[in-house]
Amino acid sequence: MNSYNDRKSQIEAQAIRLGKTVYNDSKAVKNPTPRLELQKESSKLATLEDAIRKSGLSDGMTISFHHHFRGGDKVVNMVVDKLAEMGFKNLHLAASSLSDVHAPLIEHIRNGVITKISTSGLRGELAKEISHGLMDEPVIFRSHGGRGSAIANGDLHIDVAFLGAPSSDPLGNATGYSRSENAKSICGSLGYALPDARYADKVVIITDDLVPYPNTPNSISERDVDFVVEAESVGDSSKISSGAIRDTKNPRDILLARQAAKVIENSGYFKPGFSIQTGSGGASLAAVKYLRDSMVKNNIVADFALGGITAHMVKLHEEGLIKRLIDVQSFDKVAAESLRRNPMHKEVSANEYASADEPGSAVHYLDIVILSALETDVNFNVNVLVGSDGIIRGAIGGHPDTAADSALSIIVCPLLRGRIPCVVDEVTTLITPGSSVDVIVTEYGIAVNPRRPEIKERLEAAGLNIVDITWLRDKARSIIGEASALPFGNKTVGVVMNRDGSVLDVIKNIES
Amino acid sequence: MKLNNAIAGTLESGDILVELSPSDTPGLTVNLESSVAYQFGDQIRNVIRETLEELGINDAIVDATDKGALDCTIRARVTAAAVRATGKDVWAD
Repeated sequence: MNSYNDRKSQIEAQAIRLGKTVYNDSKAVKNPTPRLELQKESSKLATLEDAIRKSGLSDGMTISFHHHFRGGDKVVNMVVDKLAEMGFKNLHLAASSLSDVHAPLIEHIRNGVITKISTSGLRGELAKEISHGLMDEPVIFRSHGGRGSAIANGDLHIDVAFLGAPSSDPLGNATGYSRSENAKSICGSLGYALPDARYADKVVIITDDLVPYPNTPNSISERDVDFVVEAESVGDSSKISSGAIRDTKNPRDILLARQAAKVIENSGYFKPGFSIQTGSGGASLAAVKYLRDSMVKNNIVADFALGGITAHMVKLHEEGLIKRLIDVQSFDKVAAESLRRNPMHKEVSANEYASADEPGSAVHYLDIVILSALETDVNFNVNVLVGSDGIIRGAIGGHPDTAADSALSIIVCPLLRGRIPCVVDEVTTLITPGSSVDVIVTEYGIAVNPRRPEIKERLEAAGLNIVDITWLRDKARSIIGEASALPFGNKTVGVVMNRDGSVLDVIKNIES
Repeated sequence: MKLNNAIAGTLESGDILVELSPSDTPGLTVNLESSVAYQFGDQIRNVIRETLEELGINDAIVDATDKGALDCTIRARVTAAAVRATGKDVWAD
């Protein structure tokens, strides 16, 4: 005698012991709706206004955004306009970066909707206004790896993340491209959005292509998503490769790129199985083109290319010269398309890319990084954020992360930009400490950090023009003369966080 | 020296646009707009003045729009404007 009924008393006893209720079959309901129709009723689907309301957002909270659409982003302005209209005040805007298109934020700052900003960079009118003292609270600047760490360890707590996605299903499985015929936008990797999706209290996906479930292979998982909002457009993909990314025809950039390629070839790190990353400057991107010729000639294949992936990198991957692409951000449309198409082109989160405190973050296994700079100084410090006129005009990006963790960091910059010197006594703002910078390539010569005598020896042996960094500073000075001091004020408009969470530098306001 | 209105240079990055015109009052008036005014404004004004004085032009209005030009470029553009303004070709002499 062991029927279900006979076991009822024991079932009840176990339920009491476990602190649970007893299963009740009369509550079970079967939903007969065909599933293509059922997913249209997903409880996550909402208008932007409803999603904001249901998210529990209130004054003083932190909202976040990614910048994968770069200059073509439409989500930040769309959401903050709506928040202003709904009467929110005193919000902390934590974007992975901000650019020229975000000038409308100026009004929202004046009206008290946004009172605090965390970002990797600022450009255009917004940057100018903030440099002149628009905000009472200084902007917090973090590198991409530093932001990933801060989100993971709670330094940067996000209440509601608003993440634009070129495709999502009604449950929130989202990607940076779309496989449907209604695709409107593409941005490729969503790497900077992944920490937000994982750690924010509430996550709102905003998409301009709502596709049927399941939108696999997915980048953001439905498990992390609370609301899905359909919008007319989340971004203008044609503007992804605008801003810092451009394919250079400038003869000086090409000269710099050739020099950088020669440095790599003779550095001791150019061997089968090496790994490489390039930053966003014209010369550092072009260096890949010249490196390719050497790879073909010497039969050298790289294990992976990291970081902002470009059309050049995709070409080398498809030619079999780079085995894997590890992509935190697709720098152009070709790279974004490749992420959809190439199985060995892998998207990674900002944490897996460049966190200092993740043993497995990719930068730890990076041999060579080529980076650009606004300014360098005689102690090999680098500034990529504040212009020589004292106005914020750039982004930290992954600069300090990759410089610190790679085996060899190469900065490529012209000695002069117009009348602005790029090798000075002391950088305007400290972004990447000289202790992590190994080589500086200029059109007048190449300087090697005294910490790396073996590199200097190898490059000299290869016949490259190695000069002392102070010689470069003096050369610049002899051409342009002595610059007068900038009229900085007493207000702190920005704080630069180091990637380990310590405070590295502050940015003062500049008189207008 | 009699001056006509004259212009030399461009608004390209690394260049300077120099407009020279006669002045009713004695002396050189230099109006400078520069993308590097903070750091190099005085130096640029000095180069403009010196170049004109060396050419014997002591009374003139100079309107200069600088896009980060080096001193050699500034001298060349100022000289070209002066040659056009005076009709006296200093390079030919």
